[in-house]
Amino acid sequence: MATEKGKLAIYWAASCGGCEISLLAINEKILEVDKAFDIVMWPCAADGKVHDIEKMADKSIDVCLFNGGIRTSEQEYMARLLRAKSKVLVAFGSCAGEGCIPGLGNVSNREEMFELNYLKCPGLDNPKGVVPQTETEVPEGKLHLPLFYDTLKTLDQTVEVDYFLPGCPPEADRIWDAIVAILEGKLPPAHSVIGENSTVCDSCKRVRSEKKIKSFKRTWQIIPDPEQCLLEQGLLCCGPATRAGCGALCPEVNSPCIGCYGPTDGVHDFGARLMSAVASVIDSQDPDEIRRIIEEGIPDPIGTFYRFSLAKSLLRRSRQNGHHATPATQEATL
Amino acid sequence: MSTKTMKRISIDPITRLEGHGKIDIFLDEAGDVANAYLQIPELRGFERFCVGRPAEEMPNLTARICGVCPEAHHMAAAKALDAVFHVDPPPTGKKLRELFYSIFYATDHTTHFYALGGPDFVVGPDAPPAERNILGVVKKVGMDIAGKVLKMRKDGHNLIQMIGGRRVHPNWALPGGVSRGITEEQRKEIEARGREAVEFAKFSIEIFNKIVLGNPDYVNLIKNDAYVHKTYNIGTVDANNKLNFYDGMVRVTDPDGKEFAKYHARDYREHIAEHVEPWSYLKFPYLKKVGWKGFVDGKDSGVYKATPLSRLNAADGMATPLAQKEYERMYDTLGGKPVHHTLATHWARLIELLFAAERWVELATDPEITGKEYRVLPTQTPTEGVGCVEAPRGILTHHYATDERGILTMVNLIVGTTNNNAPINMSVAKAAKGLIKKGKVTEGLLNMVEMAFRAYDPCFGCATHFLPGQMPLEVTLRNPQGEVIERLRQNLG
Repeated sequence: MATEKGKLAIYWAASCGGCEISLLAINEKILEVDKAFDIVMWPCAADGKVHDIEKMADKSIDVCLFNGGIRTSEQEYMARLLRAKSKVLVAFGSCAGEGCIPGLGNVSNREEMFELNYLKCPGLDNPKGVVPQTETEVPEGKLHLPLFYDTLKTLDQTVEVDYFLPGCPPEADRIWDAIVAILEGKLPPAHSVIGENSTVCDSCKRVRSEKKIKSFKRTWQIIPDPEQCLLEQGLLCCGPATRAGCGALCPEVNSPCIGCYGPTDGVHDFGARLMSAVASVIDSQDPDEIRRIIEEGIPDPIGTFYRFSLAKSLLRRSRQNGHHATPATQEATL
Repeated sequence: MSTKTMKRISIDPITRLEGHGKIDIFLDEAGDVANAYLQIPELRGFERFCVGRPAEEMPNLTARICGVCPEAHHMAAAKALDAVFHVDPPPTGKKLRELFYSIFYATDHTTHFYALGGPDFVVGPDAPPAERNILGVVKKVGMDIAGKVLKMRKDGHNLIQMIGGRRVHPNWALPGGVSRGITEEQRKEIEARGREAVEFAKFSIEIFNKIVLGNPDYVNLIKNDAYVHKTYNIGTVDANNKLNFYDGMVRVTDPDGKEFAKYHARDYREHIAEHVEPWSYLKFPYLKKVGWKGFVDGKDSGVYKATPLSRLNAADGMATPLAQKEYERMYDTLGGKPVHHTLATHWARLIELLFAAERWVELATDPEITGKEYRVLPTQTPTEGVGCVEAPRGILTHHYATDERGILTMVNLIVGTTNNNAPINMSVAKAAKGLIKKGKVTEGLLNMVEMAFRAYDPCFGCATHFLPGQMPLEVTLRNPQGEVIERLRQNLG
């Protein structure tokens, strides 16, 4: 790839655009990306329409950075298309890699979301009960919308993914590291994460001693000491289970790590890993007391342990019973 | 008119608002525009899945609605939490939030002017598409401008990280204040960059004066009827009815510029309702007391705009001296208040950029800004609350209710661009009608349609465009059987 310009595609599915902003935060280095690659598709910035990609030969795109999860028929189509056309497909950011916050939608389903959004939420004026349709007859013709799925899937639950770049969003420096690795051909084994394999705790400057907790605190309940480990102060910091790469930025501003970089290598379920880390710091042998500490301090296990990774987790989604989803909070217990 | 004979023009994708957008334009038998639709093909369901989560998660969860303006969601969520937990942040906490927000605003508006909206004017709406981008701006205005714009954005993002934890998706605001204050050393850095930002904003207005206002063709374009919609306007004002981005009362003015309503954010449901169409996943907010009359403007239609221009129309002026001067000059030039010319939104955005930079310096030099009391702990049982800020792309409302443990039982969000869903549809249709006659689609249409909705900066304003600079557009003209008759492209490969 050194002598000839490669082809690069950047695409977004069910995502927020933050990955793209972070990519641009590499600032002047974006010019080096431009030097090395022809950008064949990047909907938020430039060049390339779907049918241009459709016309390309398979494997003719060198690298595709794909951010966003798969929530609609259109996104699934794009994932399959870009997989076929790309030599290297990178799940870029938390959404593509583990579902991220939109993956929490898997506690619900399409029917519930539509009902709330279009029929029940405050301030609606919808006496006829109109709900968006995949096909609508308007006076002038037919309009189409993509099908909205019950379940958000990660990119690798939809197509084969070659590499993962974690983070919500991946920090600009880590994106640059990955680009350099791609340019120099120094990539890790297929299907692995491009990044560090230590935890956020390893890069956190806070002072740690023995962790023994009698109660968990919610962030609004205490003003934590600025030097001491946040977990030791009872805040549920995800640092022990979360992959490094950000430089422990959140603890730096006195906020617990929320786990956006996902698990370290070899961990299949981020939530399970975090639960075991958390369980080990509870200062009690009494089952009743342990239960009380957990129930009082961690009122939302799903949102706490699977904030970014529900779609990728062993739980994946709440059970679908006919059309009615069981609230997922009832399924996850410590 | 039988639907069978209608021709259709599709613009797809037009990049994103919570995903992607798609425009369908229908032509009648004579080849004139019958109607146009802007469809939003995605929903992410935050209102549903946030229920059951602890309320304090919201500044972080809702930031993920938009990675372009996560700061706006972070702030609106924090304010909603203040209300839910019945806690009033100490002055330092509030000022830090507004400082952070002013830096974000200046950074975000810079991106829009130089990368998205500005090139149409600075380089010219008739310039070849390949030049109508940031690189074209650099060529026309001078090489050092790229460095200035890059520096402005980089400084802004660095300060956002310094104060809020991260460049994208901060983790900082809490009910009752913020998680960490700033040191004197940091304050000095923030002040120094703020003073540069004021100069940068003045410089940007100079460019606009010289290149846009100095050219009668451009002034005529701004005043062109194809870009006029006489709607209601909405914006947030302080105690003196001057514009504020972070806090104040919500003010609505009618198409004649008279105050129609002024309310506290918590009463938004008395004033704003949402209409649903089956052909878009995005709802259509409108003024409840006027009513939904369809995609039409005028005093009898509840359609309102929530843009930089709307905010200036809804306010009596700007709260900082330099911005106030520019505010007066804009209305003098365009014939008094209110201004309904959609393209004047670009000018209004620059005035807001100057205001944001001036406010940034004011707050950075406030004696309380380095105070140690930036947070108070809530003591009352959480219940329900509304938080509102002016997002760059329109007023942003977060409304939560919780149980007594602070677990969310209801979430309602009306986000920036959503406010403008109806007016953007109208603007696209009007521009299309003005341009497409007898089935003839010209390349000019592409940019004219683009300009109609680009003025709203509808959240595809991702900081992106330092390289190619311009949104790609493709218009496909099909016959009733769906076969492609003609395909026009710009800025593609």
